[in-house]
Amino acid sequence: MKFKSWRLALCSLLSLVFLSASFLIPLSSAESAIPQVLNLGNGGEPKDLDPHIVTGVPEFHILMNLLEGLVSKDPKTLAPTPGVAEKWKTSKDGKTYTFYLRKNAKWSNGDPVTAHDFIYSWTRLLKAETASEYAYQAFYIKNGKAFNESKITDPTQLGLKAIDTYTLEIKLENPTPFFLSLLFHHSLYPVHKATVEKFGVRWTRPENFVGNGAFILSKWEINKVVSLKPNPYYWDKEIIKLTEANFFPIDKHETEEKMFRAKTLHTVDDLPLEKLPLWQKDSSGVFKTHPYLGTYYYWFNCTKAPLNNKKVRQALALSIDRDRIVRFVTRGGQVPATMFTPPGTGGFQPLPRLPKDGSQVAKAKKLLAEAGFPEGKGLPAIEILYNTSDNHKKIAEAIQQMWKENLGITTTLFNQEWKVYLDNQHTKNYMISRAGWIADYNDPNTFLDMFLTNGGNNHAGYSNKAYDELIESAKKERATQKRFAIFQKAEDILLEDLPVLPIYIYSRNYLLSNEVQGWYPNIEDIHPLKYISLATK
Amino acid sequence: MGLKYILRRLLTMIPVFFLVVTVVFFMIRFAPGGPFSAEKKVSPQVLKNLEAKYHMDEPLIQQYFRYLGDLSRFDLGPSFKHSNRTVNEIIGEALPVSMELGLISLCWALLIGITAGGLAALKPNTPYDYIPMSLSIMGICLPTFVIGPVLVLVFGLWFNWLPVAGWNSWQDRLLPSLTLGFAYAAYISRLTRGGFMEIRHQDFIRTARAKGLTEGQILIKHALRGGILPVISYLGPALAGIITGALVTETIFNIPGLGRFFIESALNRDYTVVMATSLLYFSLIFLCNFLVDIVYVILDPRVKYE
Amino acid sequence: MSNSLWTDAWHRLLKNKLAVFGAVFISLEILICILTPWIAPYGFETQNLELTLAKPSMVHWFGTDNLGRDLFTRILYGGRISITVGLLASLVSVVVGVIYGAISGFVGGKTDNILMRIVDLLYALPFIFLVIILMVYFGRNILLLFVALGLTQWLTMARIVRGQVISLKQKEFIEAAKSIGVRTRSIILRHLIPNALGPVIVYLTLTIPSVILEEAFLSFLGLGVQAPMASWGTLISSGVEVMEIAPWILFFPAFMLSLTLFSLNFLGDGLRDALDPKGAKD
Repeated sequence: MKFKSWRLALCSLLSLVFLSASFLIPLSSAESAIPQVLNLGNGGEPKDLDPHIVTGVPEFHILMNLLEGLVSKDPKTLAPTPGVAEKWKTSKDGKTYTFYLRKNAKWSNGDPVTAHDFIYSWTRLLKAETASEYAYQAFYIKNGKAFNESKITDPTQLGLKAIDTYTLEIKLENPTPFFLSLLFHHSLYPVHKATVEKFGVRWTRPENFVGNGAFILSKWEINKVVSLKPNPYYWDKEIIKLTEANFFPIDKHETEEKMFRAKTLHTVDDLPLEKLPLWQKDSSGVFKTHPYLGTYYYWFNCTKAPLNNKKVRQALALSIDRDRIVRFVTRGGQVPATMFTPPGTGGFQPLPRLPKDGSQVAKAKKLLAEAGFPEGKGLPAIEILYNTSDNHKKIAEAIQQMWKENLGITTTLFNQEWKVYLDNQHTKNYMISRAGWIADYNDPNTFLDMFLTNGGNNHAGYSNKAYDELIESAKKERATQKRFAIFQKAEDILLEDLPVLPIYIYSRNYLLSNEVQGWYPNIEDIHPLKYISLATK
Repeated sequence: MGLKYILRRLLTMIPVFFLVVTVVFFMIRFAPGGPFSAEKKVSPQVLKNLEAKYHMDEPLIQQYFRYLGDLSRFDLGPSFKHSNRTVNEIIGEALPVSMELGLISLCWALLIGITAGGLAALKPNTPYDYIPMSLSIMGICLPTFVIGPVLVLVFGLWFNWLPVAGWNSWQDRLLPSLTLGFAYAAYISRLTRGGFMEIRHQDFIRTARAKGLTEGQILIKHALRGGILPVISYLGPALAGIITGALVTETIFNIPGLGRFFIESALNRDYTVVMATSLLYFSLIFLCNFLVDIVYVILDPRVKYE
Repeated sequence: MSNSLWTDAWHRLLKNKLAVFGAVFISLEILICILTPWIAPYGFETQNLELTLAKPSMVHWFGTDNLGRDLFTRILYGGRISITVGLLASLVSVVVGVIYGAISGFVGGKTDNILMRIVDLLYALPFIFLVIILMVYFGRNILLLFVALGLTQWLTMARIVRGQVISLKQKEFIEAAKSIGVRTRSIILRHLIPNALGPVIVYLTLTIPSVILEEAFLSFLGLGVQAPMASWGTLISSGVEVMEIAPWILFFPAFMLSLTLFSLNFLGDGLRDALDPKGAKD
């Protein structure tokens, strides 16, 4: 017995030495030692992972890794890069696109990805029974809209044709200059026909999911985690370094930020507003901030007095100090919105037409007097409607104060629960209502076609014939500079009529661990996992 | 109280359950907004398609009978928000999590609450009374949305002892259950103390005291029975509440429990999930209050229900 | 009840120092709330964007919030709302809960079963929808706030009172009162309710803070106070957000709420002892 225990002691001593040695070795070559498992805070719980059903950003962040469209995007420059299509060509009138699919593109069960898959998927997107909220992303395709509205029932009349298994020809209604950038949107990703037809709505469960992206869905627990693993059939699989990526749905930014500080997460979806000043001072380089394709604004209800008076709207728009709002209230590197379309959208740089600060208060006062309300006298109390949130509240409180000080008018604030607020906004049961618009695609059109007469998202009841004609003509124009000139004219009309009060251009503020490589901050906030790896820093 | 009473009481659940289904079903449809209203408004065409998909184009009364039919087969329907899951699946995944959290918290709450309340009642107007009762008042004034983040900050980030959020290991259970437990402990300790103080002056306690029993013995033998009555009454609804989940605690610690669905489904107008959570909550309230009534009889055999 | 009973109770209450302190503090608080518009050093909505999240100082006693508004002033104004809401809504819940619970417990049988099942049903109604629908039909009426808050709070109160009454009604003195033909109403009002008052007072002191905090949730739904006015509930919940940067924004409103609650508890305990006919003379 004694002998045995002595031997045991020696053995354990030896193994201890080996163990510590094995700890020491990887330290010298740290690069390979770090586990390639990325943990991301991803905002809300995904509604679904069906590219034709979902509408949210959290879903898009996951889907861009599970499925691949014809065209991808370069994460640095956002320029279109080959996806499933190796190359493509455009006809002279800009209305016909021909895509040549790579022959080694495979589904995660080994099936090849063909032109027929895309025709099936886009037909599914447009079908009435699918009830896709993003069906309009395919309205640029010939007869797309008519098919969605069941005016045409024969899917072969859509502008989609498989010339052969690997060649897809697409006919468009208009030359749509941003069509290629649209193809990165999840609504135009392909789905696997056999899987969808076999499992119905349950095809997006991890046990059923078949995709063609760089990753496959390995786990999905509701409100807990969505896990991705590399797709062994992916054509470009050599580039993938991550062995696993976990998307954590976290509703509360506070929680997310704390998890990041505890090193449970490599990145967070968003930061609590109140924490921004702290992180802005942080010198470790984890804090990232950049502009984002979205505008924060207020709707003016143009159908009801007193805001149906253009001069009142102008007075209100000229008398707020946007600079003070972004510097003292939102404090997250937002840009004062002196225009409506965020600068740089699709390369377009709109001219500033609204004051950045309080420099035009005198003019505003004059306008208010011209409208019949000198010093705000006689103007009925104006009500600002916003959905409940501390940030919206603070901004509204600051604006309320500015109007009171600068114009002498009284405003009341009124918060409502999200769906009630939407209901009131959509039925124009408001005077001023908070809103925000995030681009669907990187082109000014996504911001400006909202104000078309009777447009579905035109909640101001705004109508201007000249404006409508400009937007329509931009749809047919192919030359970039000419298009931008048209958009500038539209912006000018918009900022003269002011159905909206632009306040600021959104910014993205988030945290990113220094271990993460291959993650490039960009205006569309696109970070495909296939380029990302982890390394000690 | 016999078996007959128990059976009769359980049978009354059926008509009341039916009533709850009806009231909630029609009530939630009267609220403005629907499951498909969104910031980027869907076109009338798409709205029509969506409504057809979920049978919402049928007259309301027909939808009601469709729901009753599904319910009789224990089918709670599909969720509007989580569109590839059925409501049965959601509850199946989330309820066990909430129950676990709730039961651990309840243990904390009873342990802390009854000990603190009993101690306070045993030595009223001494530090044994003041300290726990002050803490309990703090516990009531600092709700879970304050206590939770403070605990995370101290134990998760400053000392780095416990995870800040998640629901995987046993360590993950500690902070949320304590957060939730404190809230209930604050109530329980106040009610326990009050109940004990009340009963101290009653005749049978005086008799016991005259017989020479110590205060501690009296407390355990007699006062625990009568004095705990308000706690028991409070526990009925509290138990139902605590095991169906606690929204705030679950959100702070990112726990995949059912509590989040109660508010989330209402805000999303996810009608099927609202129905399911309401019905589940009702059933639990009914059963817990039933248990409470039985406990009354066990504590005081003179209590009768005709 | 005779006059002397009340006088006795009053004298007993005055002897209890903590209870007197509680009563004085609460009265003082109510007085301050009434006088707030005259004594507040600043306007509750007056912003100073250059001085946000300032530390407590001689200029701003409790510091400033994230729009540079004076926190002391905001707490004074918030107190007006929160104390009114807390007291009134709790009163509603006590009156309804006690009467309902006492009737249910005393009458018993079928009546008890029906009344308690109604309570079960009300527990299960999705509260958010209830509030939203009430708002659709009645607008943002301040009365609605008390209704909505009282509505949730009286249920547990009713269950507690019923439990007490069920246990009490087996007691000799009730049996005696019944046998000499005292009317049900008198038994409930004169014998049962006073004897169940202890737990009622304790639960009432628990209801007031939860009502004050719940008001913040109703503000979320659009009922309750509208910005830029704030209540203690909304001040505390926005204080949590800046807890790590400016802890005083959370501390002061929470401290005021706690102090109020301490006073209410002392007063409550004193009242209960004073009203207890068997006397707390040990």
